[in-house]
Amino acid sequence: MSELEIQLSAGTQPGDGDRATRRGRVPGRVTAVELAAGLLAAFLLTAAVAPRLLAPGDPLAIDPLAAFGAPSWSHLFGTDESGRDIFTRVIDGARDSFLIGLAATLIGLGLGAILGVVAGTLGAAVDFTVNRFLEVLFAFPGLLLALLFILVFGPGPGSAIVAVGLSTAPGYARIIRAQLIRVRSSAFVEAATVQGLSRGRILTRHILPNTLAPLLVLGTLGVGQAIVWAAALSYLGLGAQPPAAEWGAMLSAGRTYITSAWWMSFFPGLFIVLTAVCATALGRSIERRMRHA
Amino acid sequence: MLVLWAVATVTFFAVRLIPGDPAEAILGGPGSQTSPEALAAVRAEYGLDQPVLLQYLSQLGRLATGDLGRSYALNMDVGPLVFSQLGGTLILALLALTVAWLIALLLATWSTGRGRLARQIGSGLEIVAAALPHFWLATTLIVVFSVWWGVLPPISTMDARGLVLPVITLAIPLAGFLGQVMRESLTIALESPFVLSARARGESDRGVLWRHALRHAALPAISLSGWAFGSLISGAVVVETIFARPGLGRTLLNAVTVRDVPVVVGVVMIVALAYILMTVLTDLASRLTDPRPIRTPTGADA
Repeated sequence: MSELEIQLSAGTQPGDGDRATRRGRVPGRVTAVELAAGLLAAFLLTAAVAPRLLAPGDPLAIDPLAAFGAPSWSHLFGTDESGRDIFTRVIDGARDSFLIGLAATLIGLGLGAILGVVAGTLGAAVDFTVNRFLEVLFAFPGLLLALLFILVFGPGPGSAIVAVGLSTAPGYARIIRAQLIRVRSSAFVEAATVQGLSRGRILTRHILPNTLAPLLVLGTLGVGQAIVWAAALSYLGLGAQPPAAEWGAMLSAGRTYITSAWWMSFFPGLFIVLTAVCATALGRSIERRMRHA
Repeated sequence: MLVLWAVATVTFFAVRLIPGDPAEAILGGPGSQTSPEALAAVRAEYGLDQPVLLQYLSQLGRLATGDLGRSYALNMDVGPLVFSQLGGTLILALLALTVAWLIALLLATWSTGRGRLARQIGSGLEIVAAALPHFWLATTLIVVFSVWWGVLPPISTMDARGLVLPVITLAIPLAGFLGQVMRESLTIALESPFVLSARARGESDRGVLWRHALRHAALPAISLSGWAFGSLISGAVVVETIFARPGLGRTLLNAVTVRDVPVVVGVVMIVALAYILMTVLTDLASRLTDPRPIRTPTGADA
């Protein structure tokens, strides 16, 4: 089991859809949660793509006289030890945090998809081997695999990305393999076999597209998780280093002043939480829509 | 057992990939201007002058007899070191698991069968809780309970008060995950025929919930306990560091930071062993509670 498998299964219990329709909810309608998550996502993406639009100031501009300022109208989230505006820095940090999260998710999904598809298509012996391999990887729970990777390749943003990607890959691989096996035994594949289509054609035309369609859901759910994990590594001093405006690094820098300036660590963390919640909500809603489509 | 052997093999060869000379690392890392004689002596002491295959076999042999080697940085045997730290982490993890179960149970039983609003509040709380990163939750709790109110110590003391914040920090996100699973299965259980027949026999709503439905609802969550334990250990790395609490997690982080390879390998081996034991135990537990084989919707067995 991995975080993703839980998130996924919790939102997709059989009968969930029936219940929703029975209670008169139109599947296609935008719910309040979806609207809020969408708006939040738009805000966060704007911050990542065009930070100056939301926070016109310079994230590196120091103002020693205004150091350790509590949140106020001129500095919404307060200021840090050199008087830099935290709001500007948090907005600016969205880009780095998102890039790290996206890159890690792509690595994890890519590896997971390869492993899952290989296990599901190349016969029982390969499936057995891959499954044992995944079992071994699952015995390094959570951050442990990432820490082992960092031990070997040293700390830094680059190895944090690969480390998070690697440690999420087994979860993806198992979900994708399970999906592939479910698709393989479904009626339309049987129909295609009866029609006399070749195995390769069935695989590329019927099985793979249906197996890989949920990747969008997995990716959305996964980005939130990857950002949290990468921030945890940065927080522990093994990922992005403090001068960078990455959220985990900012939190780590604020830790020193926790007794006097709580806002230095509170707001970067708040944005990590918002991003993760937003990713979960969006992933669930995409999943629900795909199921009803 | 096989998994344990594979874990040992993976870690052994991963460690071989580390750039740089391990003997130099033992003597204080690159730039410490070690003499060739000292290097040779260290190589001989740690068996680094032998062929890789021989080193691998001798490491396996030592692992099989419970010898985890010697720390590069702390100059003490890894086995006793790891076991002295194990207790603190286990207490933390078990308490957190219990608290998480309680929170999840309360949330799940409260939010089901009370209409859509309660269901959505419950599900919303769970999603937010599951998304809370340990490091942020811990610092926020410290600010509120230690800095503002001054009721609980910000660093972990040995008495029970010092355990409260670390346990809560670990328990809340876990409760989010457990709650999600539990509430969904509880909802399904409450809609199944056996609940109707129990109601027809004249049992009260509460009796049905606690005596019948909850057993079914708890099963998927029980089968998650292996995963939960693993995630607690990985969370302990963060929580123990923040609360300055002695334990496996902090030992591991320190060892990774100074590249103390034998300690990292030792901790990883112990965690893998504990994880495997936990998985076997939860497997047994769910088989004892329920005669039917358990299938999660993804088709993966937990």
